[in-house]
Amino acid sequence: MLVPMSWLKEFVDIDIPAEALAEKLTVAGLEVGKIVYIGVPQTQVDGIRQPTSNHLVWDRERLVLAGICEIKPHPNADRLVIAMVDYGGEELEPCVTGAPNLFEYRGKGELNPPLWTAFAHEGAEVWDGHSDEPKRMILKGKDLRGVFNKSMVCSEKELGIAEDHDGVILMHSQPRALDGTPFLAGAPLADVLGDILLEVELTPNLARCFSVLGVAREVAALLDKPLRQPNYDFLAEGEPIAGQINIEIRNSDLNPRFVLGLLKNITIRPSPEWMQRRLKLVGQRPINNIVDVTNYMTFEIGQPLHAFDYDKLVARAGGKTPTIITRLPHDGETLLTLDGQNRALEAHNILVCDTESVLSLGGIMGGGDTEISDSTTNVLLEGANWNFINIRRSMQSQKIFTEAATRYSRGVHPSQAILGVSRGIELMRASGGGTVAKGLVDNYPNPSKPVAITLYISEVRRWLGMDFNTETAADMLLRLGFAVMIKGETLEVIAPDHRMDISDDPTIGQADLIEEIARIYGYDAIPLTIMDDAMPPQWVNVTFEREERLRDVLVDLGLRENISYRFTTPEIESGLVPSGASGNAPHDPARYVTMLNPISPEKTVFRQSLLPNMLQTVLANRRYQTRQMVYEIGSIYQTTSAELPDELRRLGVIITGARDVGSWLGQVDGDFGFFDIKGIVEGIAHGLHLPDVRYEPNHGDTAHVSLHPGRSAVLYSGKTRIGAFGELHPLVARAFDLGGSPVLVIDFDLDALLAVSRFDFNVNPLPITPPVFEDLALVVRDDMPSASVEAVIRKAGGNLLKGVTLFDVYRGESIPTGHKSLAYSLVYQTDEKTLTDKEILSVRKKIIGAVEHQLGAKLRA
Amino acid sequence: MLDQLQALQSQALASLDSVQNRADLVVWDSQYIGKKGQLTQLLRNMGALSKEERPVFGKMANEVKAVLETAYGERDRLISEQELAQDLESGAVDITLPGRPNPTGGLHPSTRTLRRFYDIWGDMGFQVYQSRDIETDDMNFSQLNIPPHHPARDMQDTFYTTTPNVILRTHTSAGQIHAMRALGGAGSLPVRAILPGMCYRFEQITVRSEVQFHQLEGIAIGKNIRMSDLKGTITEFIRRFFSPTAKTRFRASYFPFTEPSMEIDVECFLCGGEGCRVCKHTGWLEIAGSGMIHPTVLRNGGYDPKVWSGFAFGMGPERMTLLKHGISDIRYFWANDLRFLEQF
Repeated sequence: MLVPMSWLKEFVDIDIPAEALAEKLTVAGLEVGKIVYIGVPQTQVDGIRQPTSNHLVWDRERLVLAGICEIKPHPNADRLVIAMVDYGGEELEPCVTGAPNLFEYRGKGELNPPLWTAFAHEGAEVWDGHSDEPKRMILKGKDLRGVFNKSMVCSEKELGIAEDHDGVILMHSQPRALDGTPFLAGAPLADVLGDILLEVELTPNLARCFSVLGVAREVAALLDKPLRQPNYDFLAEGEPIAGQINIEIRNSDLNPRFVLGLLKNITIRPSPEWMQRRLKLVGQRPINNIVDVTNYMTFEIGQPLHAFDYDKLVARAGGKTPTIITRLPHDGETLLTLDGQNRALEAHNILVCDTESVLSLGGIMGGGDTEISDSTTNVLLEGANWNFINIRRSMQSQKIFTEAATRYSRGVHPSQAILGVSRGIELMRASGGGTVAKGLVDNYPNPSKPVAITLYISEVRRWLGMDFNTETAADMLLRLGFAVMIKGETLEVIAPDHRMDISDDPTIGQADLIEEIARIYGYDAIPLTIMDDAMPPQWVNVTFEREERLRDVLVDLGLRENISYRFTTPEIESGLVPSGASGNAPHDPARYVTMLNPISPEKTVFRQSLLPNMLQTVLANRRYQTRQMVYEIGSIYQTTSAELPDELRRLGVIITGARDVGSWLGQVDGDFGFFDIKGIVEGIAHGLHLPDVRYEPNHGDTAHVSLHPGRSAVLYSGKTRIGAFGELHPLVARAFDLGGSPVLVIDFDLDALLAVSRFDFNVNPLPITPPVFEDLALVVRDDMPSASVEAVIRKAGGNLLKGVTLFDVYRGESIPTGHKSLAYSLVYQTDEKTLTDKEILSVRKKIIGAVEHQLGAKLRA
Repeated sequence: MLDQLQALQSQALASLDSVQNRADLVVWDSQYIGKKGQLTQLLRNMGALSKEERPVFGKMANEVKAVLETAYGERDRLISEQELAQDLESGAVDITLPGRPNPTGGLHPSTRTLRRFYDIWGDMGFQVYQSRDIETDDMNFSQLNIPPHHPARDMQDTFYTTTPNVILRTHTSAGQIHAMRALGGAGSLPVRAILPGMCYRFEQITVRSEVQFHQLEGIAIGKNIRMSDLKGTITEFIRRFFSPTAKTRFRASYFPFTEPSMEIDVECFLCGGEGCRVCKHTGWLEIAGSGMIHPTVLRNGGYDPKVWSGFAFGMGPERMTLLKHGISDIRYFWANDLRFLEQF
């Protein structure tokens, strides 16, 4: 919301620069997002930083108020005129101009009163009105079609007030200072039209500040200055309103109050200069002295008003006394609103109607049938109050965001309605004449009661942590317009009507008041302390700590962490299932958490697998990388019969591309393959100290279908299935455009993995006896798993065999077809003594005997 | 035979004089004093001598051997010295050539920042409590004093799911009530917890806004938790996270679930508060929202607000990371472009 300083000063004296005020407001919760300068210079205030404004600062000597006393024709040009300008000098200054809004005065002789305007002397700096890009220029004298011209009457664009360049600034009356003194020709323009606008960002709790008066109340409290209330008296000399209009409220929850005033025989004309200027400053286009007042009151005190053409209402009532009815719609009712749309009304839209039909969408927008026109003479002025939640619903469902609706949707107190009508009708009368009917029609079935709160000063101290005394606390509240009575250690507080944010719940109400005390006193004044409250019992978050430990293990293994979007689509995830594959898909199409309002077509559901988004990232990274090693830890989501879906945690790893980072030193050839991903799995198993690790083939009903059936495996720790890993199924790779180098993945159940990981493992003592190394090459059937051979060796080797490491697999010459040679490096060692050759030989024999007997293996010749 | 020994010694010493490198020395060694060397050959022929000649020859042979071995030792030392000198003088490599690359892994920048949060808050007694991503409307809003159709709901654009009342949490504050109920012993125990997690907002993805982002919520509840504690504790955090001299500004604000509410600004460390593009020329960076936990929320969490009080705060690791490293585009975070990740 834009708040002009000039308007603010009508309600409160401000003796600090606007920049300092902006800082105070910001710190007090009314964030000033921007300061807009019109003609006046920026002030540097110590300790306050602000962006440098590039606005035009009006030269006080060269840019002045002036009166145009006559418009003469240009001797040589039809599309130019000569304005004779009184700028406060000895003589009138001729200004050649093409301003279209002056042509109607051409040749009309002397203008009295003059047309008040903005005048630029030679040498003044202004914006170039004819340039599309913002461009400054210095005014220089030059010949314009045979008439020498050295000064200018200015448009709003040339002064940087607005983009308007349709004509020069024309004020319809002599401008006056705030105290009523008229400005004279030659007065610096900066004093007349210069202003500073504060762009205040209002959080939802600040409904009360949604007007100039509302901000002025905060300013008064912060600066500890009195607030000048607007004048709510009106001169009523006409027939009493009673009997000329009736009101019927059918739902007082939705429409707590409805107030009407009647003004007869008004003359429709432009609003006074000052009102037009203020409306323009806050972004409203002046229309006429009736519509402008309804807008003016919206911005000044925050009470929207609506004006009806009274005669149209009487006509609709067949000449009888019209009755205004507020109600919910009947089935099928429609309304043609002022924006020209014919709207189907929804069941919750509260309406203003007469006995005939719907007049307006209550609190949001009027209808066309009874609107003010140029021929209106009798005005019925409405100031109503509406339930803010209902207005918010209607505003959003009808998608009408008027100034009135946005204010009502945040909350306006019913007491404002009568103030708005009283002040509004007097402003209309003052500018358009006519006679105001005596009294107002005021329907207020259940007047709201003031909120009273007992505030214990001990609570203020307890919540804020500082030693407040009752007087100081009371002073903060008094400044904000609360009524306060001090009774010993308590404050009996009554909230002013506009403070709808103060709760009548005693505890919450106290908290509301404590916030106000702190805010006005200043958060900066609250000390910094360290909690001296009892330290809560500390606990170990086991899964969290294990997850972080896993991250370290993965990073140690050379993997880089990914964090992906959790959104995907069922179509993308369906790529994980190769056609014709049997086994277990990582996702269940029937169990997606689906967005009701997806942000984009590729983000319609929450993921059921980490892999699709990771695979898409791998594809994107392939443009720049020959080698990728990444992991992601995160949740996947599946609906259940319960209200909330399951959130299950997963670990995903992907490696692909060159095994080695190439350099001038040469490179190990080859791309990542199954045994690289298995190495990572082993690293994880080791890092998390998984007990009883086993690898099973990825076959059968529970097989992970996204993996190559022959080059994938399942990791078990004891009976716990951790998950599958291996090479991505070629069809899945194809579905994700990942041809070429194999893509190796891990898809683990993180909860299972972390549950079996161990942190209380024992560390073995380091042996002091020398180890004895020996190689053993065995010829076995080709389909014999290495793990089976190793198991037999270990069992036969008993306590003396400390290590078994496969170091070679060989097929080919000297090995019978259908067989392979597995070469193991064995380590014999005891903890107690050095082994003798004889002891070793005996173990060796046992091992050979076992493999020959149990596996049909033969010692390689 | 003795003559032969004499001759061998002279010949060997003369030959040794011309030995200038290690390879020649090895050859000399095997030629004269090695196992198959000439001296050994002569000794093997000793059997041909008479009983009387043998001791004389033996003694002399040993003398010759000693002479040659000493000479060898000296030559060996000389050559070693020469080799060392030569290596030091001309054995230099082009040190501008790149080293052998060691591929490394790494944490995501958000995780790095979160870990700093965990460390700092952990030291102050705040432990990690993890809560759900997908929440009921009730937990995310109503329990936090944001009833349906309340204007405060406009502050957060929400993702709804096709299940009525089930939404993606818009803030980690959604976990506050869970944490209070899980850790608070039905309103009988103090709590200090931090709740990290992903949050979701229905916003167009741009350079500045994302549909998902991390938050870290913190709560402290006790019988004597004051707003001054909130200010003091947050200030401690800022001193550790940013710098011991970082300046802070506490600004009144509005969150429905805290009262009083405040925004915490830290003096822009990029420009030192002088004003720059990042701080929008204000000299301040907004880094956290906070406040005293609203009585309604305390009640919903099982606490009696007449006896218990508490504070809450929320901060965004991505925003902190952006600020700290001058990252211009928030979309880098979930794109996982390795060229971005590898810079950390």
